[in-house]
Amino acid sequence: MIVGSTVASKAHRSYSGAAMDQSVTRMHVPHSHVTFDDGIVLECGTTLQRLTVAYRTYGTLNADRSNAILVCHALTGDQYVAERHPVTGKPGWWEAVVGPGRPIDTDRFFVICQNVLGGCMGSTGPLSYRENPDGTQTDEPWGTDFPPVTIRDMVRAQKRLVDHLGIKRLFAVLGGSMGGMQALQWAALYPDQVFAALPIATASYHSAQNIAFHEVGRQAIFADPDWRNGRYWESGLIPARGLAVARMCAHITYLSEEALTRKFGRRLQNAPKDSTEAINLFGDMFEVESYLRHQGSAFVQRFDANSYLTITRAMDYFDLAADFGGDLAMAFKGARTRFLLASFTSDWLFPTSQSRAIARALNRAGANVSFVEFPTDKGHDAFLLDEPDFHRALAGFLRGCAIHAGLQRL
Amino acid sequence: MSGHDHVRFLTKNMRVDLALIAGMIAPGSRVLDIGCGDGSLIDHLFQTKACDARGIEIDMAEVTQAVAYGLPVMHGDADVDLAHYPDNAFDYVVLSRALQAVERPREVLAQMLRIGTRAVVSFPNFGHWLVRWQLLATGRMPMTATWDRPWHETPNIHPCTIRDFFILCEEEGYVVEQWLAADDGGRRTPWRRFLNLANIFGEQGVFLLRRR
Repeated sequence: MIVGSTVASKAHRSYSGAAMDQSVTRMHVPHSHVTFDDGIVLECGTTLQRLTVAYRTYGTLNADRSNAILVCHALTGDQYVAERHPVTGKPGWWEAVVGPGRPIDTDRFFVICQNVLGGCMGSTGPLSYRENPDGTQTDEPWGTDFPPVTIRDMVRAQKRLVDHLGIKRLFAVLGGSMGGMQALQWAALYPDQVFAALPIATASYHSAQNIAFHEVGRQAIFADPDWRNGRYWESGLIPARGLAVARMCAHITYLSEEALTRKFGRRLQNAPKDSTEAINLFGDMFEVESYLRHQGSAFVQRFDANSYLTITRAMDYFDLAADFGGDLAMAFKGARTRFLLASFTSDWLFPTSQSRAIARALNRAGANVSFVEFPTDKGHDAFLLDEPDFHRALAGFLRGCAIHAGLQRL
Repeated sequence: MSGHDHVRFLTKNMRVDLALIAGMIAPGSRVLDIGCGDGSLIDHLFQTKACDARGIEIDMAEVTQAVAYGLPVMHGDADVDLAHYPDNAFDYVVLSRALQAVERPREVLAQMLRIGTRAVVSFPNFGHWLVRWQLLATGRMPMTATWDRPWHETPNIHPCTIRDFFILCEEEGYVVEQWLAADDGGRRTPWRRFLNLANIFGEQGVFLLRRR
């Protein structure tokens, strides 16, 4: 086992290329990580000889190691949940929720966030060096030959780090969207090692509509000539345009019609003069177009296209009930874990009906479940944004759980 | 049982029969409180009786309040969501001052005694003398401290008397293990042993039921 803190993960390489009329240089950034030399056997049957898990922690683990909270990130998130991102320079993706005095209070809890298996921020994924059958490393990345991973594989990889940190039971596992899928999977796979699970804005399976949107994104990447069947490192370019379009399409699904109307309406703005894009033949552009292009071009600077393919596929495969004869309640049979399901009124990607279905399955299993839907016009992204009621409920739920776990007095 | 009005009715009156209901519940038991409002009863049962108490509430603002207070409460509707609990999941299922507000009281009671060994039910008594007198004297729907909303906007769509409830229990084969009539302040009234008097002077009935 190799533990690195300042060593740059080998997984990271530099690319440059054009994205939406701008060149992109992927920064070479070191990520704290641990490498398990005994590897991991994936659900597909493939063995990865080595497993690297990049992660960040916040707060202090108490003496009996009972105050650990695992935060699971969503599709395009990463381990930099509560600190400035080393690549983008932007604040952590959940600083509103995780930090000193925040709903997940790092003065009281030890917070762990890991880059998922298949990710591109230091954990083993398509950017990692491919292994020979004998386990030795080659000097080229896996690319699209990286084996398909599942949400369960991601959780089993996370469990390795949790074990490595000497934590017998997590006080809580939580996450939104794909992070919520992981929270559900944790509760189903390791029921005795999860005191509380908080699946937020999520579902127990990826719906046909969600798979459809992912497929549009993947086809956009495939259609980019710079993708080169996934071997884009050979040209030194990245499929920036395809990945940006995938992001633009996905980003629409994270918002709501009301939010888009509120933020942009039908307002026009002047097109950039130096732009060569065909659309600018119209002379001007809608603000929402400009916004989406910005989202697309910012994304390609921090995310790897093959990783996007791998992780979207993992989400598509997710169907927790399918592992239990089609009955989701069986996934949680006899569970002593306390659950908080949270959803948002304007979220049409992971609508409340999906959370309610999970809550009802938990009822059938006799589990202890809280379930709240929060009113907001911000769509799926609401779980990442400033939603005071949601944050109050998160904090209160954790406080209640801390009392029941013996972490806090009445 | 729709939305906010119903909840305002509940919370306004929640505390008055809280102690009476809690008095019927054994320490350390598993309890489901249907229409739990902000969760006062489940908090009380956890803190004073170490019960594993959970709640269902239809008003989202109340659910948010309860969860933010650290209580295990889920959004749900008594008329719909009880079907999703397994048989005998609880020792007690509580329906406090909400029986008259659900769409199908008979079915809700049946679900309560399917998922719980016992049911605790309280409801405002429509047989109270003041209600009877107002209807007789004015010929209009009664308006009292308890029945305080005009007929066209009350959430209390299924009013019943204490006698009606006894008859329903008999028809359904439920055993009334304990019952009492109380005034609106939650005080037990001296006529509790006499059904006729209780049905005239009791402002609310509180029942502990089990299956035969």
